Amino acid sequence: MSTEIAFRDVRLTRGAMDVLRGLSLAIDRGETLALVGRSGAGKSTILKAINGLLTPQAGEIVVRGRRTTEWDPFELRRSIGYVLQEVGLFPHLTVGDNVAIVPRLLGWPEARLATRVRDLLQLVGLPADEYAGRSPQALSGGQRQRVGVARALAADPPILLMDEPFGALDPVTRAELHHEFRRIQSEVRKTIVLVTHDMAEAMALGSRIGVLADGVLIALDAPKAIAESGDDRVRAMLRPLVEASAALEGRQEP
Amino acid sequence: MSLLSFLAAHRGEFLGLLVQHLFLVAISTGAAVLMGVPLGVLAARRPRAGAPIVWIVNAAQTIPSLAMFGFLLPLPLIGGLGARVAITVLIVYALLPIVRTTVAGIQSVDPTLVEAGTALGMTPRQLLRQVQLPLALPSIVAGIRVAAVIGVGTATIAAAVGAGGLGEYIFRGLAMVDPTVILAGAIPSALLALALDGALTLAERGVRSTLTRSGARPRWVIAALVTISIVAIAAAVLARAGSHQVVRVGSKNFTEQIILGEIVAQTIEARTRMTVERRLNLGGTFICDRAIRTGDIDVYVEYTGTAHTAIFRQPADTDPRRVFEAVRERYSSSALTLFDPLGFENTFAILVRGDEARSRGLKTIDDASKQSSRWQAGFGYEFIQRADGYPGLAKTYGLTFRAPPRAMDLSLIYRALADRQVDLIAGDATSGLIEAYDLAMLEDNRRYFPPYDAAAVARSAALLAHPDVRDAIASLSGRITVTDMRRMNHAVDAERRDAADVAREFLARLR
Repeated sequence: MSTEIAFRDVRLTRGAMDVLRGLSLAIDRGETLALVGRSGAGKSTILKAINGLLTPQAGEIVVRGRRTTEWDPFELRRSIGYVLQEVGLFPHLTVGDNVAIVPRLLGWPEARLATRVRDLLQLVGLPADEYAGRSPQALSGGQRQRVGVARALAADPPILLMDEPFGALDPVTRAELHHEFRRIQSEVRKTIVLVTHDMAEAMALGSRIGVLADGVLIALDAPKAIAESGDDRVRAMLRPLVEASAALEGRQEP
Repeated sequence: MSLLSFLAAHRGEFLGLLVQHLFLVAISTGAAVLMGVPLGVLAARRPRAGAPIVWIVNAAQTIPSLAMFGFLLPLPLIGGLGARVAITVLIVYALLPIVRTTVAGIQSVDPTLVEAGTALGMTPRQLLRQVQLPLALPSIVAGIRVAAVIGVGTATIAAAVGAGGLGEYIFRGLAMVDPTVILAGAIPSALLALALDGALTLAERGVRSTLTRSGARPRWVIAALVTISIVAIAAAVLARAGSHQVVRVGSKNFTEQIILGEIVAQTIEARTRMTVERRLNLGGTFICDRAIRTGDIDVYVEYTGTAHTAIFRQPADTDPRRVFEAVRERYSSSALTLFDPLGFENTFAILVRGDEARSRGLKTIDDASKQSSRWQAGFGYEFIQRADGYPGLAKTYGLTFRAPPRAMDLSLIYRALADRQVDLIAGDATSGLIEAYDLAMLEDNRRYFPPYDAAAVARSAALLAHPDVRDAIASLSGRITVTDMRRMNHAVDAERRDAADVAREFLARLR
């Protein structure tokens, strides 16, 4: 397995705050790394450092064999899909045109672009005939997030960054999209870095889980190993999960 | 005359002024869009560089429009009389709303969308063109709407610098104290403002719904705005091109001046082969003087006393010959030629009723001062206050009245005398009402009032180039008596006749 993204002793400050303090991390091609942590633990900062929106003060970040500082920032970003919690669909463009943004920036011919938009909307479960011409405002929250995923995948980037992608959705829609996510990932096989504050979501989606606290990676392992961790801070994050399943078992008793 | 019959009678002229008005607003708003939107974009994207831009357009907005015309008149390129300076002023006023709404429109774009665009790999330029500008467009169109509506209002002032438009009627009406003519300018320009506001509100709504509902790109809107702006500016440039062998005749903005302007213009037309351009109804002494110095007009009629005190700022002098020579001397050092007086004076006139003057043999103010203690006097507000008005007059002639003089509006004072509400007034020597009400002007036998001989002033360079124009203007010297002037003023003010016709008839009798 080869390394797609590597953090080497990265220190990154935003304002007066140290957000990342000497972070080292290797992300393998094709894996789904779920980063978990409380608000302010530095999760989103890691994503923004990967696509060059933020530059580290010390250390280096290597993406697909090149330091982020060596990449043309626009080229780097166009080769990385990005899904935001707020989705950020452009209200003045149709669903189809929103999906087509990055391929258009890359200068794809219109014919190839049209096919691609159809395929992607199909992939995320929104048939193009019905949805491509609509305005984003005419969609539900879950549908918008599906369009956001389609837009991120549009130019077939090898890497996909997802910042709390399902955070704003109701639990039912969320569970549905988790299922969709695993299906899509099994089809497209991207290197995915997903950020969440919800350990249950990380367990459900990640092939590996990284736990962040105060800008430091305190645990990085497979979900099963994380669940059995002896670290107090990791256990604290697992507690809601344990309590939920205990409650569930308790109720099943006669 | 009612407003509708006035408009019907002046249909052609009205349509011309309306088109001129629209033209001024369209060009200036168009140019302001081409300048204001990029400035707004700059200000929104680089707040540090942008703050002074917003500050400057804000400050410019607070300058009163008439003052702004005054500043700009003497400047090269943008200055001068006519449409050019008016358009410059209108652009300055249109910039603020456009720059402001562009800045606001861009800054109010949801930061998430800017972040999303950046994360997707848009360059700042792509972000601006694909995300920020389209989303700011409704706000920008709203700014254009405000600018156009302000422009319709401000463009009425443009008549003061000879740019035409509906303000012509407003200024003419003010000069003639004729509400109908004022309304003929004011009501159509108000309606025009409302119509433009309505039309652009619809456009704004159209853009908004295009943006939010169908999701179509608003490219056509931008294209249309840019096209309109460019066409309008090209038309303006073409309209300015090509003018030669022209004499420009100016006048101030009251009836007598407009008649005199016509007399000078028609005389030049009759006696030379030159084309005459009329720039009558300019907003006052100051603007006429600036215009003739910058070469925007070649000739207009000035009054010696006004030139002496108001233009050259000399202490008042009551000797007509001395004042005339002093003024001619000063004009010639500015390359301007003062012609010999036309023959009448537009000075203060001490007036009594005609029957009274005849029965008591009153000819001079001295004659009147012997009887005045039984009389009631009526003066304009300013005349009562000014040291060189009533106080000085009373002292010079030893005038005393039955009661303190009554302060009255100048437009009512002649009628008050005729109706015997007052017995002596200070009026205007050339007022048409003097004949109409059979009033008698008493001679200022102690020469208390400064002389206000009417005389043409012309640019010496224009006269050198066209000696026949010099001869034409000189032919008018000494030919217009105060009675002639009163009759002509009366014909225009009271009989509502056209100044050009009145001038034509006068010249026909002169030959």
